[in-house]
Formats: sequence, C-alpha cells, structure tokens
Amino acid sequence: MFEVDIFSYGFVQRALISGLIIAITCSIIGIFLVLKRQSLFGDAISHMAFGGIAIGMYLNFYPIWTAMGFSIVAALAIAKIRQSTKLPSDSMIAVMLSLGLGIGVTLVSLSDGFSVDMFGFLFGSILLVSPEDIYPIIIVAIIVVSITIVYYKKFVYIAFNEDQAKISGIEVEKLNYIFTILVAITIIVSMKLVGILLISSLIVIPNITALLFNSGFKKTLLISLSLSTFSVFAGVVLSYYYNLAPSGLIVLLSASGFIIAFLLKYSIVK
Amino acid sequence: MPLVSVESLSYNYNSQPILENVSFDIEEGDFLGIIGPNGAGKTTLFHCMLGLLNSYSGRISIMNEDIKKSKEMFKTIGYIPQKKSIDQKFPITVQELVSLSLTRKTPKNVVFEILKQVSLYNMKNKIIGQLSGGQQQRVLIAKALVNKPTILMLDEPTNELDQKSQNDFYFLLKELNEKNKITIVWTSHDMDAVNKYANKVSCINKRMFFHGDKRDFFSSENHLKNYSESTMQIHMHEHNI
Repeated sequence: MFEVDIFSYGFVQRALISGLIIAITCSIIGIFLVLKRQSLFGDAISHMAFGGIAIGMYLNFYPIWTAMGFSIVAALAIAKIRQSTKLPSDSMIAVMLSLGLGIGVTLVSLSDGFSVDMFGFLFGSILLVSPEDIYPIIIVAIIVVSITIVYYKKFVYIAFNEDQAKISGIEVEKLNYIFTILVAITIIVSMKLVGILLISSLIVIPNITALLFNSGFKKTLLISLSLSTFSVFAGVVLSYYYNLAPSGLIVLLSASGFIIAFLLKYSIVK
Repeated sequence: MPLVSVESLSYNYNSQPILENVSFDIEEGDFLGIIGPNGAGKTTLFHCMLGLLNSYSGRISIMNEDIKKSKEMFKTIGYIPQKKSIDQKFPITVQELVSLSLTRKTPKNVVFEILKQVSLYNMKNKIIGQLSGGQQQRVLIAKALVNKPTILMLDEPTNELDQKSQNDFYFLLKELNEKNKITIVWTSHDMDAVNKYANKVSCINKRMFFHGDKRDFFSSENHLKNYSESTMQIHMHEHNI
C-alpha cells in the first residue's frame, strides 16, 4: 500500500527536515515554558504574529518581518510587565492573545477576507516548504540550541526557583528577555509549517507528556524530543498517504501520545 | 567587623509597616535563630537581606558592602527557602539539582562528596518531589554547599518535619556550623528548637524585641513575656478579637 520511494520526493524531504528541526526546537523551548507555568505564552506570541502578518499583508510588506517585529515586541512586553508589575502573567497573555487576534481579524476584514497565504499561516503548509524556507529554520534552530547549551544550568535554575537563582547571582531578568526572544523567533519560523493555531501544541503537548514519566530533567527533555520528532515524522508521512492536513495530524498524533501516557500512568498507579 | 549588619531597616507593603526600625548584627560563626510568630516579618527580613526586596529604608551590609551597591557578596550566601516554594512536580533528580551550582572550575566529584555529607548519596537519582520534606531541605543545603558559602540562611526549614527529621536536620546544621565554619541564620517560631540549638537569638515582631545571647533571652522572664504579648497581639489582630 505504501510507496517505498516517498522519501525521494524533494517536497517530502524538505517537509521532514524542516519539521524535525522545528520539533526539536519547540521541545527545547517548550520544556522551560511548561515548567515556568507559561504554557500559553506560545499561543499569545503566535496570535500576535497573526496580527503582524495581517499588518504586513495589508501594507503589502513581507509579512514574516512584520510578524517577527510584532511578536518580539509583544513577547518582551509580557516579560517586562511580568517582572515589573504584580499583574498576573496569565492575564497579560490573554490580553496579548486577544489583541493580536483583534488586529488580525480587523485588517483581514479591511482587505476583503482571507487570502490563500493567510490560510497557510493559520493552519500551516509543511508540504509546501521551499528550499529557501529551510534556511531560516536551520539558523533559528542553531541559535536556540546553542544559547540553551550555553545557559542550560541557568535556564533550569530559573525555571526551578527564580528567587533562588537571583540570589545566587544569575542575571534572571536578562536571561528571561533572551529566552523570550528565542520563543518569539521559534514561533515565527515554525508557523508556516504547523500554523499559528497549532504551533503552541508542538511546544506544550510533548513536554506535558514527558512530565508524566516523572524522570529527571535530561530524561524528560529526551522523552519530549522523541515524542515530538515521532509525531512530526509520522504526521508528514501519513498525511501524504491519506491526503490529510499534516499540521492537524501532527497535533493529533502528539495528543494521542499524551492520552496514552496519561491512561497508562494513572491506570498503573490505581 | 560583623559579617552582616542591618541598620534601621523599615519596610512597608501597601502602606502597612511590615518591618519597623530593625537593627542587628550577625557575627562570623553565629548560629542565630530568628524567632517570631507568623506574620512577624521574618521572611520579609530575609528577602530584604537577600536583595529580593529593595524598596526598604535603612542600610543592610554584608561583609561591609552595602547590598544595594554590590551584588557580589550574595555569592557567599546559601539561601534555603520554605518547603512550599519547591515545585513538587519539577522533573529534576537530586544529582541534577545539586550539579546546577557547579562551575567550570569545580571538580565534578564535589557533588558526590557533598551528597555523602548530607546523607543523600544513595538518593542521588531520585526526583526531588519523591523525597520527604527534610530530605528536600538537605538537597537545597547540598546545592548551596557546592559554592562554599560563608552564611546559610534558612527560612522556617523545619516546618512540616516530624521530630526525628527536625533533630537530624539541626544536627546537620550544627555540624556545618562547627566543622565547616558556616554561619547559620534561620527563622522559626519553634522556641524550643531555638533554645536547644542556637547560640544567639533575634526576637522579631515587626520590631526587634531582642537580639543577643540565647541565655540572656531565655533566662529573662521579661523578654519571654514581651514576646508572648506581641504574639498574642498578632493573633488577636488576625482574628479581629
């Protein structure tokens, strides 16, 4: 039933390469977001990116750049407000999320509805990734992985206890800003593949699934990486054979992994 | 020269005074118990001393350096927060957590040596949330010890611990104080423990009621009466009596 040479197609190769790199990057970013109780942060940034894309399209400017600028500013604003006021960070995330969506919907209505491009950004089009699209993905992945390796202990310590990290001399505020920018650029390069509406799931689901295994930090990250890369690989391959939306399938596979792990854990515990 | 000097420290939160004109010194080698009822400002005092709260009036200096001007001296302090501030679901093993304090220059076997010292070597692969409250506190102490601290500050470390765990814990602190020459400062509302283990006592209830040798405090009916009355006042205030 399956064609053996599916991997010889250029568009499948590009989808798999870019998808697997995005899966790794999102997992790494996601574990810190989940542990800092900021799972919805990715959603807020991706919705701000939607507003940024709508602005770019409305102004006939390359939308990725407007999305990039808009998302980074929003991400830094959330981080700043979280650090310098007593406003709950989840409510700030809700404000940014709604604001991005509000801007996007208003501008889309001004430009006589959704275009095909906008649908691509909303729901992803991993099978349409061009060779040029892969370079920014690789660059962002290298940046995210390198910075995480350099600041690994500090990022873990900040996620574990921000106050203790501060007392031990770690520049918590600076590192929070750096991390925030990493989240924003990861989302921007990922959204064309899995879509604005689904990117957050790639950040969150593999990590909360990995947390169910109750392991140490490195093992948890490894489980998350395995699950997210498997979901992307299987999602791309199955979507080709069954003619289904790959981004939706990736999320469904990832969520299935969570449900299975959840049922196994709690049925074993009982 | 005192190791830590707190001079006329006052701190308000929402226009309510939490600390009023608190002054005291901590000398090298002290085993200081800071006692006070819940809501007396003990944790706030720690947060000011650790630079987590900056909007206070007065002056706090560590090793003769004003903490508002330099943060360098914080590297010599090990801080152990209350148990409730430890995320019980955080996916990290004992060894991973203690190793977070390692620098490039620190030999890696230091972690194992310290884990042996705090009797946690056999639990190095356990997840932090799987340990008892007393063991979790020991992990945080082990983590602090990697950096060879001059002072250990512990915020109500024995809350929620049974009697045996409390005794073991204080025994470890005593050992660190005497053998490793680490100055210990801990907050508590357990007068018996402070009487048993500390060499100095600070009695705080927004204001500093007493600071000095523990024998002077516990042998004075006047000091104990003052402390009891202030505790009762807080209790009555909290319950609108």
